[in-house]
Amino acid sequence: MAARVGIPSSLFYYVHFPMWQTFFSELGIEVVVSGQTTKNLLDAGVKEALADACVPVKLFFGHVISLKDKVDYLFVPRMVCLNRKTIYCPKFLGLPDMIRHGLSGLPPLIDVQMDNREGFAAQWKAYLQIGSIFGLGRLKILRAYIKATGSARRFKSLLLEGLSPPEAMDVLFKGGSASPAVKKRSGLVFAVLGYPYEVHDPFISVGLVNKLQKMGITVITMENLSPGKLSRANILEKKMFWTFSDIALNAAYHLFKAGTVDGIIHLTAFGCGPDSMVDKLMEISSKDYPETPFMSVTIDEHTGDAGISTRLEAFVDMVKRKKEARERLCQR
Amino acid sequence: MPKVTFPRMGESYRCFKMLMNDLGNEVIIPPRPNKKTLDHGVRHSPEFACLPLKILTGTYIETCQMGAEIIVTSGGSGPCRAGLYGQLHQKILKSIGFPVDIIVFEAPKSHPIDFIRKVNRLNAGRLSYRAVWECIKRGWEKLKYLDDAEKMTHVARPREVNRGETTRVYREVLEWIDSAYTFKEIREAGEAALDTIRAVPQDSARQILKVGIVGEIYVLLEPASNLEMEETLGNLGVEVHRSMFLTGWTRDNTVKETSEHLSVKDAARPYIPLCIGGHGQETVGHTILYSKEGYDGVVQMAPFTCIPEIVARTILTRVSREHSIPVMTFFLDEQTGKAGMSTRVEAFVDLMRRKKALFKSSGARLMVN
Ligand code: SF4
Ligand code: SF4
Repeated sequence: MAARVGIPSSLFYYVHFPMWQTFFSELGIEVVVSGQTTKNLLDAGVKEALADACVPVKLFFGHVISLKDKVDYLFVPRMVCLNRKTIYCPKFLGLPDMIRHGLSGLPPLIDVQMDNREGFAAQWKAYLQIGSIFGLGRLKILRAYIKATGSARRFKSLLLEGLSPPEAMDVLFKGGSASPAVKKRSGLVFAVLGYPYEVHDPFISVGLVNKLQKMGITVITMENLSPGKLSRANILEKKMFWTFSDIALNAAYHLFKAGTVDGIIHLTAFGCGPDSMVDKLMEISSKDYPETPFMSVTIDEHTGDAGISTRLEAFVDMVKRKKEARERLCQR
Repeated sequence: MPKVTFPRMGESYRCFKMLMNDLGNEVIIPPRPNKKTLDHGVRHSPEFACLPLKILTGTYIETCQMGAEIIVTSGGSGPCRAGLYGQLHQKILKSIGFPVDIIVFEAPKSHPIDFIRKVNRLNAGRLSYRAVWECIKRGWEKLKYLDDAEKMTHVARPREVNRGETTRVYREVLEWIDSAYTFKEIREAGEAALDTIRAVPQDSARQILKVGIVGEIYVLLEPASNLEMEETLGNLGVEVHRSMFLTGWTRDNTVKETSEHLSVKDAARPYIPLCIGGHGQETVGHTILYSKEGYDGVVQMAPFTCIPEIVARTILTRVSREHSIPVMTFFLDEQTGKAGMSTRVEAFVDLMRRKKALFKSSGARLMVN
């Protein structure tokens, strides 16, 4: 029987899952995911995780709990640095430790460290290490690795075409259509900035993206913007040193300057350390660009549907009025 | 003369004041963080910023109102928020009408040129490098005595015969160290201070508990930010040992890793194998070391939302069980009240006393060194 590896559908799932899925299935290992977040899942996580942790980490605990009895291994790699410049949030660095010592009754954890600052072949070595756990040969692992990087590349280019991570995963693994049909460019365009595991998790974000789309708004997220553009947008003397925070902040700087969107919403989680800085920096910067309205939305485990809807509607109304006023001014 | 200020961390300001004066600057002494400081800080900082950032925002605003033109602070060695404090503070202060300069010192080992350039900027009196080095050495000497005096109060306070005497004596001798200037004076004043604290009448028969203090550096070093935890514990007959001092910490970061530091990392390794930024790894490592050294308990103090300490806390639950040492954590924010905290501290001290009594009566030998 093929070994089963569990991958929690949270945190880095939205960024690296295609690569991992391909890698494991090429090796003949079955991948089990925890699937969409549900209320039960979140409640389980909230119960087990430290009360002071941020919502996404609590949620990750929940995903792990729902998987732990169904799999032979749990895949919780220690993501340190992938681009040789910025590192992940300290909670990512300590994630395997928090899981291992914070929960009991777990299957063996695969917590290989991924730190590309260790050398150019560091990533391959990490994957080699993962493959070796299953006693597989080097060549087989190499082939799977090459396929996996291909998959990661395709995933990235789908994102740059304007798909969201879940949509792109559908295309890759379920044969969904690659044309971003829903993304017709009419009416308003909003950017929803925030960490992928918040923005693309419809449960924890209380369906924020969906709600906007229902109001006829085109939504872009930071995955849709080219990394080159983003790193050029940085205006800080000292870089934000956390990977996701750096991207989110630069996305804001870029979009403020370019003026290509009608509004920017920053989605942030209660108790998130890095975001307290990111959000303030965005807010300060937004004052320099009054043409692009900015709003930040904080979510936690109790965030209600109604509250978010009201705030979104008010914001959208404001943006619409502003835009109309501007157009009228132009006509005159 | 440029008007310079810096963050306040416990009594260390006495040393920085002397150093900045020597370099030819006028010093604006940062006031002890109080209600007003916090109000300013909370108003102008991000809501979920960690407490140190808020207190510093408040302190900076107060010193700016007093006329400060340059703020000197240190960057971060770890990948934590503190590394970006300087930039954020600059932006915040500018947005509310204080266009001060913030000079952020990074560790000289990794940014040597930058370090020298910044020293030059503060060297308003145009001293030679040699003279600057002399000043730094003198400042360091003072800082060491300030730290030593504080350490001594941790031992003396739980045993004092007259409640509050150690604190009163400590306040007095700090002024001696403060007014000393030359090397010789600093040593004299320092030794006299230590002797005087040592001479506070003590009750040697008293049952003393020993507690290690771990956590995030700022809240550990600034008593105003931790609601005088060490004093509270001392008054309850608890000798505290703090895992971090400015002289200890800076020594590790600027020169070389001391052997003690390495063993802290080694101790932490089975639980948390790499540095996650801030002092999360040290918190775990020190807790284990305290347990090995026979301490009765550990108090962890950290700002609310502090990232590395949250990771550490999650792990400490197991550490506490496996090394059978009680750990109590305080996540501090601007709403933390002294009354509530004291109640929890008292309960914790009770728990440790009961545990100790149980241990004794069961005939087991307690190893304390
Ligand atoms: S970046 Fe924020 S939300 Fe994400 S793990 Fe870190 S603290 Fe939590
Ligand atoms: S260690 Fe904690 S308090 Fe210090 S900057 Fe980081 S999050 Fe803030």
